[in-house]
Amino acid sequence: MAAPSRAHARHPTDDPLWAKVVVIGLVLAFLGLVLILPLAAVFAEALRKGLGPAIAAVSTPDAWAAIKLTLITAGIAVPFNAVFGLCAAWAIAKHDFPGKPLLITLIDLPFSVSPVVAGLIYVLVFGLQGWFGERLIDHDIKIIFAIPGIVLATIFVTFPFIARELIPLMQEQGVSEEEAAVSMGASGLYTFWRVTAPNVRWGLLYGVLLCNARAMGEFGAVSVVSGHIRGLTNTMPLHVEILYNEYDFVSAFAVAALLCLLAIVTLVLKSALEIAQPDVKRGGGH
Amino acid sequence: MLDDDHPMTAETIPAAARPSGIKGPRRPLFRRRSAIPGFGLTLGVTLTVLSLIVLIPLSAVAIKASSLSPSQFLAAAFSERAVAAYRLTFGAAFVAAVINGVFGVLTTWALVRYEFPGKAVVNALVDLPFALPTAVAGISLATLYAPNGWVGQYLTPLGIKAAYNPVGVTIALIFIGLPFVVRTLEPVMRDLSADVEEAAASLGAGRFATIGRIILPALGPAWLTGFALAFARGVGEYGSVIFIAGNMPYKSEIAPLLIIIQLEQFEYANAAAIALVMLAVSFLMLLVINAIQAWSRRFV
Repeated sequence: MAAPSRAHARHPTDDPLWAKVVVIGLVLAFLGLVLILPLAAVFAEALRKGLGPAIAAVSTPDAWAAIKLTLITAGIAVPFNAVFGLCAAWAIAKHDFPGKPLLITLIDLPFSVSPVVAGLIYVLVFGLQGWFGERLIDHDIKIIFAIPGIVLATIFVTFPFIARELIPLMQEQGVSEEEAAVSMGASGLYTFWRVTAPNVRWGLLYGVLLCNARAMGEFGAVSVVSGHIRGLTNTMPLHVEILYNEYDFVSAFAVAALLCLLAIVTLVLKSALEIAQPDVKRGGGH
Repeated sequence: MLDDDHPMTAETIPAAARPSGIKGPRRPLFRRRSAIPGFGLTLGVTLTVLSLIVLIPLSAVAIKASSLSPSQFLAAAFSERAVAAYRLTFGAAFVAAVINGVFGVLTTWALVRYEFPGKAVVNALVDLPFALPTAVAGISLATLYAPNGWVGQYLTPLGIKAAYNPVGVTIALIFIGLPFVVRTLEPVMRDLSADVEEAAASLGAGRFATIGRIILPALGPAWLTGFALAFARGVGEYGSVIFIAGNMPYKSEIAPLLIIIQLEQFEYANAAAIALVMLAVSFLMLLVINAIQAWSRRFV
């Protein structure tokens, strides 16, 4: 908003300068305390004894195993949810059927469930005392306290991210382009690849970005199903917890700093996407 | 404001103020059959995956809890320790949502209405709690607010204890909830029509009367939605809270932690009983949020 040329020429919907200064000051002080300070503290604590110990902490075999497991988990959960999101958005946005609002609410459900409960439900289904517990033991399949459980819990907590980004985007784009393609003889798959996909790719990327950040950072749900076996079932956030609880603060914060870098990269890419493709932001704020 | 030529449709309501439900204009329920293929396949995949990943596992909570007799259920779900945990969880989530409600409005106002250096960075940072793993936020906040931490060392002489007690829980939930309020308010504030403000001003209303009587009431439904989202997220939050909470039974133990404690003692049914209470509250919040949305669609 352009500054008024004279003090008295203030536009009626513009606030007085002192009010702006007070509001911006309050906001910066609040955000500084709540957001910037915690971010800065992670790097300060990680580098408390210099760069050497921090780098050593993230290159131990256990840290590497945690990084690898985190990448594997996100590498499965994110594509899974992307395919699901595309299917759900295609069915919901391009077709009419009764019960649509209910279906969308059910897809959103994991956002309202505590991560701890998200972990618990898979323990109840696949754990030793669970529905399939004995049958899984008979076949020597381990889901809880093993990687499949971690992947499942991660899929659950990130389930709505991509779908809720794509559904409103595809709905606003309507069906006329796809109908035109189909009426000229294009197959469904061809229509999707040549007509729909180019229209939604940035929205998809935006959803993938947010989904990935949550998948790599998930703690509560994964904590319940992981069993915390070092070098085997520890993801990066769980590794941070173990180091912190062992009072190995420099190492804990060094691994945490890696996760901070992931968060910062996510935010930078997200902002860049929002500036380059303003359409992507309509998915809502999760 | 409404006239018959330009009926308000869902289309004119900003996306984030709408429920995740209905988006875009409503079409008649049974329109002509869509010419676009793939409906059966994609809906089938959607329903199957939704059932296998979300609905069936969630039902396990209710089924497991129902293995308890009613008196056992009450003893597990509403034991003195559990009630103390609910009180802390809901109380801290409520206070945090109120604080975020106040600063969320100011933050959104500054981002939408003002220009200031570093605004783009501030705008991106608001989403930090979405992007930063909760455990990282947890250990960082615990370190900051511990009695010898960057912030804690200035609070201790004042007699304020901000870590390892309910205050610490609230601090963590303020961090987690902020973006929900800001990102829900933002599109609504951006779309506020300047005409109404100008009209109020030209009729002699002072700037603060305009803000108090015109702008804030128009933000009401979005504010309530943001508040409810922040509250709901806070109730379930675990990772950012446990490091700063202190986790003392009856005092600073949150409900999700109690579920984990029951699980570690292999009391699966008790864990399910507490989880069922939390799920019930989550669904209630979901209904409340949807009701606010339906209400705001009628009056916007």
